[in-house]
Amino acid sequence: MRRFLTASAILLSLCCLVLWSPGSAQAAGADPFQGLTGTLHIAGGTAHIKCETEAARMIMRAHPQVRITIAGGGSGVGIQQVCQGLIDLGNTGRPPTQAEIKRCGLKVYRFAVDGIAVVVNPSNPVAGISKADLRAVFAGRITNWRRLGGKDAPIDLYTRDANSGTRKVFWKKGLGKGAISPKANFVASNAAMKTAVAGDPNAIGYISLGVADQSVKLLAIDGVAPSPQAVKEGRYRIARGLFMVTKGEPKPLARAFIQFMLSPRGQKLVAKHGFLPVK
Amino acid sequence: MSQDTPQERALRAGLGLAALLAAAAPLMILAFLAYFSWPLLTSGLLPRFFTQTWNPAAQQWGLLPMMLGTVWVAGLAMLWAAPLGIGLALHLVLFAPRGLARLLQAVVEFMTGIPTVVYAFAALFLLVPRMRGLLGGSGFSILTASLVLALVVVPTITLVARERLEAVPRRQVQAALAAGADRWQLCRRVLLPGAWKGLVTALVLGSGRAVGDTLIALMLAGNSLALPTSWASSGRTLTSHIALIFAADFASPSFKAVFLCGLILFLYSLALVVGLRLLQGRRRP
Repeated sequence: MRRFLTASAILLSLCCLVLWSPGSAQAAGADPFQGLTGTLHIAGGTAHIKCETEAARMIMRAHPQVRITIAGGGSGVGIQQVCQGLIDLGNTGRPPTQAEIKRCGLKVYRFAVDGIAVVVNPSNPVAGISKADLRAVFAGRITNWRRLGGKDAPIDLYTRDANSGTRKVFWKKGLGKGAISPKANFVASNAAMKTAVAGDPNAIGYISLGVADQSVKLLAIDGVAPSPQAVKEGRYRIARGLFMVTKGEPKPLARAFIQFMLSPRGQKLVAKHGFLPVK
Repeated sequence: MSQDTPQERALRAGLGLAALLAAAAPLMILAFLAYFSWPLLTSGLLPRFFTQTWNPAAQQWGLLPMMLGTVWVAGLAMLWAAPLGIGLALHLVLFAPRGLARLLQAVVEFMTGIPTVVYAFAALFLLVPRMRGLLGGSGFSILTASLVLALVVVPTITLVARERLEAVPRRQVQAALAAGADRWQLCRRVLLPGAWKGLVTALVLGSGRAVGDTLIALMLAGNSLALPTSWASSGRTLTSHIALIFAADFASPSFKAVFLCGLILFLYSLALVVGLRLLQGRRRP
């Protein structure tokens, strides 16, 4: 039930996860949130959500006077809302373009590196795919699992909408900017992708390595299985930084959150959620 | 009029202002949509939005799949909801014992208040896997979305239809009963002819809800960009399309397409209302 509820919140990219807990103040030595009060609004990339939500919970337990809200929407939404001043901190799973940085005076903070895995249903016997076949599948030229060594069943394609940083990076590095078939189904977040692929025996999609879990099966690409280690060693190439952006210099709460994510505790969280720490 | 007390004058002014605001809001929205779509309507790009392919990277902004998607999803939803909604209203008026009628009425009224996202989310786990078993494919399809959308539309139809059925003059009903009419005859000869405009109004209002809803189609129809070919196809509605591309770059034609989607939806509602007015001016056939 809890998973059900959590999934709903992330899946719809609608609900702000406002986490609140009356905590015992356990003041750490150099705590960036010391003495700060108020609310920090974060939105955008959906790969960030689980990791940042846990960070927010830790922070709010130690600092009950601080509230942190985290919403989804996709990387494009994060960048745009930060530009408009609607949120304090935007999440993006792709680097902002030069035009975006110039238009809004964006400051960019990379706090993790994430792989993007090609995922199928756990019941699917296919374990790996070549890059050429991957392109052909997403372009709609291969439409049956039999061609890939699986059972005789049509391939159900899943992709993300144009706001997705995951889509942009996967399209560039996974598909070599190849076409994505118009027949593909669209889902609106990494979590929604996981739910869709986990429920559809004939599905193929792509997902943040940090969001992937047992409910989906990761495909090896040209013989390389995706993992943070493989990304780190440069063997698995479909990877990207995870960024937080602010409009101009970050405000105190945003700055403190960035400092927390880059601190040893924050970086430990990053690793725990299946990403590569940057420090 | 000259004896109006200050309170009465204040009340009249206040209510007048409220009416003015309520009437001005939709006009302002139309003006806003027209203003933002205008560059696009006059740029000569317009025909390019009535094509089949949405691929902004290749300068293609075809909205036909979404227009057809809306027609399919909303049309099918109405196909399921119209007989259910009007049937339920007739049942409430003609057959249901008082207690049951009151209970059903309460349930239907409650249903109007349930956010559509709740239906969509429940269907994601309850209906989508069954549709996958039934139709094959992913389970996300126009049919899936239309079935759930029908649940949203039925209460609107039922509530309006019941009210109009009960507005059929009591005397006509009693006269029919006195002449020995059974319920079937009462229904066919008195209620339906007497309330037909009201029933059409109910259907039109229901179809407005079906066309306007976003989340059910967004979460259940699959959102594919291909032209839908059957009810088992994955499809995207205009409203889903707005939700999916809303955040893209403000200066891009993709973003302008959002306004065109909005304008099309608005014009559809406008056409419905105008059609309704014309209809209400007519005598029954």
